[in-house]
Order: sequence, then C-alpha cells, then structure tokens
Amino acid sequence: MGNQNNDLLAKIKAKHPQVEITENGHIHVPVNHLVDFMRDLKDNFGFNYLTNLTATDYKDYMTVVYNPCIAERAEMLHVIVKIDRDNPQVPSMVPIWGGANWQEREVYDLLGINFIGHPDLRRILLAPDWEGHPLRKDYEWETYREE
Amino acid sequence: MEIKNDDGFRKPLGYLQGEKPLIDEVAEETDRRLKLLGADPATIGEVKQVVRIAPLEKLLNWGRSNSLWPFGFGLACCAIEGLMAVNMARFDLSRFGYEVMRPSPRQADVLLVCGTVSKKIAPTVVRLYEQMADPKYVIAMGSCAISGGPFVDSYHVVPGIDKLIPVDVYLPGCPSRPEAVIHAFLQLKQKIKHAEVGKK
Repeated sequence: MGNQNNDLLAKIKAKHPQVEITENGHIHVPVNHLVDFMRDLKDNFGFNYLTNLTATDYKDYMTVVYNPCIAERAEMLHVIVKIDRDNPQVPSMVPIWGGANWQEREVYDLLGINFIGHPDLRRILLAPDWEGHPLRKDYEWETYREE
Repeated sequence: MEIKNDDGFRKPLGYLQGEKPLIDEVAEETDRRLKLLGADPATIGEVKQVVRIAPLEKLLNWGRSNSLWPFGFGLACCAIEGLMAVNMARFDLSRFGYEVMRPSPRQADVLLVCGTVSKKIAPTVVRLYEQMADPKYVIAMGSCAISGGPFVDSYHVVPGIDKLIPVDVYLPGCPSRPEAVIHAFLQLKQKIKHAEVGKK
C-alpha cells in the first residue's frame, strides 16, 4: 500500500466521489455505496481476489475491513466500512468474491455482524449453540484458572 | 558407561532405571514357590530348566508395557514434536516399541493428546477415549492439554483434559521435547508394569 498506489487511488477517487481516501491510503466507503464500489473494483480495476475480510469493534461503532488485491500484481487496497454497532449490517461480498463465504461466517461468528445476502450465514468456529459473540468488547465469560 | 551381562551382551535399557528384567523376576518366583513346596535344591534346578512360574497378570502387563500402540490426537503444535519428530530417525520412538501410530481408537492402547482442547472438540476427545478398548491409557502432552496453558483464561478452551477423561501421565512443555515424549512413554511403561503403584 502507500505510494505505489497513488495513481490508482486518484483514479478510484475520480470515479467514486462518495469515498474518502485518507493519507495512508485507506478507503472509507459509505455502506449504501459498498456493493457498487466493490463490483466496480472487480470488473473494471481487475481486483480479482479478496485476500482478507475482517471487522473491528470500537465500542461506539464497528468497521468491516476488506483487502482486495490483484492476484498477478502487488497492489492491495484497504477498504473500510463504518457501520452501526446496535444493528450491524453490511451487504455480503459472496456474489462478487466467492472466497468471502467463510470469512464472513467467521466475522459473523465472532462479532455478530449480519451479512445481508450471504447464502449460508451460520457459526463456523464456535459450537452451533454458542451464545454471544466473543470478540465484542463487552463480551463477558468466566475464567477457569485455578489459583 | 555400559552395563554388560555375563555373556557380554548389552543389558536392556531398563537396567539403567534400576529395573529387574522379567526373566530374573520369574526365575525368583519359581524358586520361591518350589521352596514353599519343600523341594530339594537338585529338583528345583531340574524343574527350572523346563518350567517357569509367574502370575499371569505380570506377564500380560509386561507384554502391554512393551508394545503400546498410540492413538495420536494432534490438536496443535505439540503434534509436530509428539507425533512427527519423535517418530523420525533422530529420536526414533520405535527403539522402544511404541511407534505403531494408529489412526483409529479401536486399535490403540494409549491416547496421546497433543495440543489445545477447545470446547468444540471436547466431546470428540471423550467419544474417542470411550471407543478405545480396555486397558487404555492417556498421556496429556503439553501445557495446553494438562492445564489449558496460556489459553486458560480464554472463553473457548478446556482447562486441562483431566476435566474430561482420566490422565495417566502429565507431560509438561510448550511444546515438550521429543526426548520428553519418550520419557513419558517410559514412565507409562513403569506404571503399567507396576500396577500396584498406579493404584495408590
């Protein structure tokens, strides 16, 4: 990321005026523009591989982070979507990148974010009857440490 | 230092741990019983050439302790030391007769739990242990298996497999050295041979 992407980021900004690009090359996209933006990245900019999909809990809000890249080249983007913490919803990326399937299930499992349009949104790491989402900052559990 | 037998052969490894070979133990037992019957020394010598007497349990335990078939249960990094390195040429568990790793619990004697047991895999560990035929033994390998290790405060880790199944040998380390794994097997061997110690 960073300098070698500057031309690309300028092109993206020119085509999508809704997005915000920070100094360090992070792209902040509004939720309602996410699907159009990602579809454009794949179809017209050649970002054919989603290397990583994760999310963060900031107590007041949550962000979902996408790292699409071009498999043949070194370019990688850092796309951030800010969402409401009480009703966390983002459109699923599975129709665009099939590899998002399990990554979105993992984010749903650990942070409880709903991916609208996901074909099979259920827990992947924890047991199916698990309650709560452990990577949320307000998650509470009992320790088994013996003193 | 090498300990030699009278006939010049190297003595088995057990000697270094102060262990008496079974053949001596059986000879003594035969002696003792024949003396109880009031036999004279000449008769004892003649009978001992043909017959040796020993408790059946002792013979069975001797056989079991020398050819344990481990069921490797690799859950984390301990599997690399406990199931792979220990079996390869450098450490070579087969020197002791414990190299027959079984992929099925029904053919195995000892369950070697290598790694972190999460709550999701816990029912499987119990189920596989229950599927093993008696007599069965368990070695808990590594900090995670014996106590939960660095993950004991986690929301999803079982704090030691002794909360699930009975454990015979606790083997600390993170992960344990392959030599330590061999030592654990030899400790288990002692435990099986001297069953009376294990019961205390």
